[in-house]
Amino acid sequence: MHAVWVLALLAASGYAVSVFPHSILAFLLFQASILALYLAPMRRWLKVALAVLALGVLMPAIGTVNGYYLEVATQVGIFVALALGLNIVVGLAGLLDLGYVAFFAVGAYLWAIFGSPQANQIFGGGFPLAPGWFFVFLLVGLAVAALTGVLLGLPVLRLRGDYLAIVTLGFGEVVRVLANNLDKPINLTNGPKGITPISRPPLPFDPARLPGVSLGLLYSLYFYFLVLLVLFVVIAVNQRLADSHIGRAWEAIREDETAAQAMGVPLVRTKLLAFACGASFAGVIGVLFAAKQVFINPESFTFLESIGVLAMVILGGMGSIPGPVLGATIVTVLNLQVLKGLSLWLNDLRNSGTIVLGYNLADLPTQLEPAKYERMVFGLILVLMMIFRPEGILPARRRRRELVDD
Amino acid sequence: MDFPLLLGIFPQVLLDGLILGFMYALIALGYTMVYGVLEFINFAHSEIFVTGAFVGVEILLSLQHAGFLDRVSPILVLFLILGAGMTVSGLLAVAVERIAYRPLRGAPRLIPLISAIGVSFFLQDLIRLVESIWRNAFNLVYPGLEPLSRRFELTATVDVSVKALVVIAASLVMLLALHLLVNKTRLGTAIRAVAEDQATASLMGINVDRMISITFLIGGAMGGAAGVLFGVQYSLINPYTGFTPGLKAFTAAVLGGIGNIPGAMTGGLVLGLLEAFAASYLSLLTGGAFGAEYKDIFAFSVLILILIFRPQGLLGEVVRGRA
Amino acid sequence: MKTHRARGVVYVALVALAALCPWPTAGSRVAAQGKGTIKIATQSPLSGGQAALGEGIKLGAQLALEKFKGPLEKMGFAVELVPFDDQAKPDVGVANAKNLIADTNVLVVIGHLNSGVAIPASEVYKDASLAMISPANTNPTVTDRGYSNVFRVCGRDDVQGAVGAEFAKSLGVKTAYVIHDKTTYGQGVAEFFKAEAEKKGIKILGFEGSEEKSNFDPIITPVKARNPELIYFGGLYDQAGPFFSQAREKGAKSRFMGPDGLDSSDLAKIAGKAVVGMYYTSVAGPVSVYPQARQFAEEYRKKFGKNPEPFAAQAYDATAIALRGIAAAAKGGRRPEREEVAAAIHAVKYTGITGTIEFDKKGDPKKALYFVLQVTSDNPEKWGENREVKRLLIATPAPKM
Repeated sequence: MHAVWVLALLAASGYAVSVFPHSILAFLLFQASILALYLAPMRRWLKVALAVLALGVLMPAIGTVNGYYLEVATQVGIFVALALGLNIVVGLAGLLDLGYVAFFAVGAYLWAIFGSPQANQIFGGGFPLAPGWFFVFLLVGLAVAALTGVLLGLPVLRLRGDYLAIVTLGFGEVVRVLANNLDKPINLTNGPKGITPISRPPLPFDPARLPGVSLGLLYSLYFYFLVLLVLFVVIAVNQRLADSHIGRAWEAIREDETAAQAMGVPLVRTKLLAFACGASFAGVIGVLFAAKQVFINPESFTFLESIGVLAMVILGGMGSIPGPVLGATIVTVLNLQVLKGLSLWLNDLRNSGTIVLGYNLADLPTQLEPAKYERMVFGLILVLMMIFRPEGILPARRRRRELVDD
Repeated sequence: MDFPLLLGIFPQVLLDGLILGFMYALIALGYTMVYGVLEFINFAHSEIFVTGAFVGVEILLSLQHAGFLDRVSPILVLFLILGAGMTVSGLLAVAVERIAYRPLRGAPRLIPLISAIGVSFFLQDLIRLVESIWRNAFNLVYPGLEPLSRRFELTATVDVSVKALVVIAASLVMLLALHLLVNKTRLGTAIRAVAEDQATASLMGINVDRMISITFLIGGAMGGAAGVLFGVQYSLINPYTGFTPGLKAFTAAVLGGIGNIPGAMTGGLVLGLLEAFAASYLSLLTGGAFGAEYKDIFAFSVLILILIFRPQGLLGEVVRGRA
Repeated sequence: MKTHRARGVVYVALVALAALCPWPTAGSRVAAQGKGTIKIATQSPLSGGQAALGEGIKLGAQLALEKFKGPLEKMGFAVELVPFDDQAKPDVGVANAKNLIADTNVLVVIGHLNSGVAIPASEVYKDASLAMISPANTNPTVTDRGYSNVFRVCGRDDVQGAVGAEFAKSLGVKTAYVIHDKTTYGQGVAEFFKAEAEKKGIKILGFEGSEEKSNFDPIITPVKARNPELIYFGGLYDQAGPFFSQAREKGAKSRFMGPDGLDSSDLAKIAGKAVVGMYYTSVAGPVSVYPQARQFAEEYRKKFGKNPEPFAAQAYDATAIALRGIAAAAKGGRRPEREEVAAAIHAVKYTGITGTIEFDKKGDPKKALYFVLQVTSDNPEKWGENREVKRLLIATPAPKM
């Protein structure tokens, strides 16, 4: 019964988007129908089939109609991966990492340096590497980020929760300042000017075979599916980890370190593993991010981004897997679509000179655009969630039991 | 290595470091007092600091607009903006505690910390929103107060402005006042009691909630004063100016020993001096390879090093005794 | 289970209801009775420290659009301006760019203000062959990549920096210290200044970059100790202002100089007396300098209630050129493709309020105007009356391979 509803909703929203390609509400409806797909109880195989339909067929179709939605979907995917990675560190192991974006930056800059002419500044020639190297670098990014995670973890192992938070924050800032300033004495990162153009991975087929389709659209679709693929792997790994020996060890540490140690959990190793695992996800997705954007600069890796990812994990629900997925989707869509859409809408109103309650909207100061207040929205989300629903929207069942007053 | 140059700028750098250090000390007090009482990092303190700065600038701009700025004695103006900044910041701190922290008192440590981060972000953009509507600009400039800009040139490389002296003097007075308050008054004893053991303090008849609010009030007021002085000294402020000094001031508090009030003052001074020296000498010493832009990393590295090798800080921690 | 199901249905139903409500759908306009809408987008910072300049670009474009949209409207198109705020951040600029190109009605982009935003955004425009005409981007890289869809109507920093150095030499300056703000623009123009100054025999005592926005004391101390005759600040007024003001307060006696990023009344507002008498180069002369611009300034004042900011006139001309290009490509009254518009713009020769503009193959104006101006007053209202000391018409240099 529910499958029919969901299918109808998917169809209706898909149709709505094709008829109103610029209607943000239609696209939101589509996204809501995917959420409904997740929540509605129905047989597993049916859910999977509908999910494949929605994400594999409908979404790309929508993307062909309006390329921006494809961009939004891809960004959502990237942030879902980040949120899942942070979920391991914060949600499972209970280590508050406020500088998570540093690992993301490491992965991104790794490919950016070697996949663009930037490396010539260091090595004198021979770069950029052939685009096919991208796939190798996915693994290199994973490894280097994991290593960075271990390096960060080693000195901070003994710190208390709040000190750990501040130190990780400091670490995040250090990475950003380094990225911003390592353009002398050797030009590693090109400083605030950023690195461009970054090679994109080669398309699996010759684009000349599809003359009518623009290269931009092809690459957008390609990256969308790449992100989906990486996400698939990330979610699978997450599920295995959460259910495993190590996952339980993490949760034990989160609850009570001393008791965990008494139970034989090796603290040092387990914590380092948490950092390394979480960091590795960020590293992989960082490589992908750099290739997709073709241009990166230190401004993508600020404290605001770290807090954004944290907000996603907290809003969605710590410790579970659907939680961060939902959280990432909500926050990204909020940022990229809702706030921007509100701004554009206000702009339209301002242009048309509508008068509301005797106040001419054309006089509204341009400083008052919703898109600029994403910080405020994040902050509000964090505070309200902490006060009213600290376990998140879709928390792990155990977490909910412990955080909700019975 | 241009030694005469390096030596020549030494006194000036020392002075710059002291000014910065006193400012950090004032902000650090807010962090340390709250941590001592609640074992909680008040992330939003950096915004409380910047609110003080904005209150100051708004008053000055209004006075300027009304034409009074030149006519009223600058000492009076200074007192006015300091008082206003301290009051507003202090009250803001109390409000934040009531709304965002008190409901979370019993929760695991992660929760109020995240809430504090949320408040910090919220306040940053709130200030921006308010200023955008009120003044259609949020990068505001402190109008200069005439006598403050006067300079004395002591040597070719050392310049002392009246402004710098005023900032140092004001900071000293406030630090002294706080010291007296905490150590010589009953109120101070009550605060210290609550910091040491909440349960016993309440058994002794101390209203713990009220003491906590007062702690936030005093800490916030110190932060607000630092904000006004920051604006006076460096002129340009925006809603995001608070983040980095706030982080560094927390580093200073940890450096001196968290919960320890003289520790916060010491830590602030040490960090300010370290930073000024790093900024001015780094590029001279490395021949331009690394310059002043690394001064922030410097502070963070100091923090990480202290926490690894001496987590109790220079003067030792003063936190709640564990049961 | 039951509550779970009910909740899910309720959520979905609510969203469906909301979607069906007759809300204005952002961005989708009902096509005018005719052949549809042509949109010209602007991308510039409308918030943050450079909002004044960014706003000027938007308003200048708006004025031009309203004045010159006639021919296109006669062909049956509705013509609209779509302003975007790139917040002076490359990320936001690129995200907006992707949003822009998804709207097939947008045929030209007027923007950006910051070269560091224009360069990555133009990669996105290139993918869609969308023409971008910049009123303010002075970094050579913007056009040196040779994209057929990128144009600028202003001068370049490799010339501007050199003009500054040459002028400094003519003032008899022998030593200089260069500070920049580490952006593509600031660092770029500072490097060009330094290169040319060294060639002319001026000794560069130091070259430093900083992102600092408030506390310049530690940077000023070593600079002052070295006592250069001139301090050149490559960057924007929101940093230069406090820097110059604090430098004077600490007793630095050097002369100040900077590029067109300083060209804003806010510099006088922030720094006051510290900047009176200093020189700056610009690719946008004060509006009083261009003869036809007086009328523009009056129309601008009448419509927007304030004096035109720097780059408003450039945006005005850029938009006029864009409209000409679209009209030329729309021969026969049919809606042109983006590539056709870009090609048509290459062929445009236009005499506007900032001079006669003709593009070379790279998209640079064949000849561009450069100015050296002197700040005459600490009153921000009087910024437009800054004294023009020198004016040069220089051909665009060939790209250095």
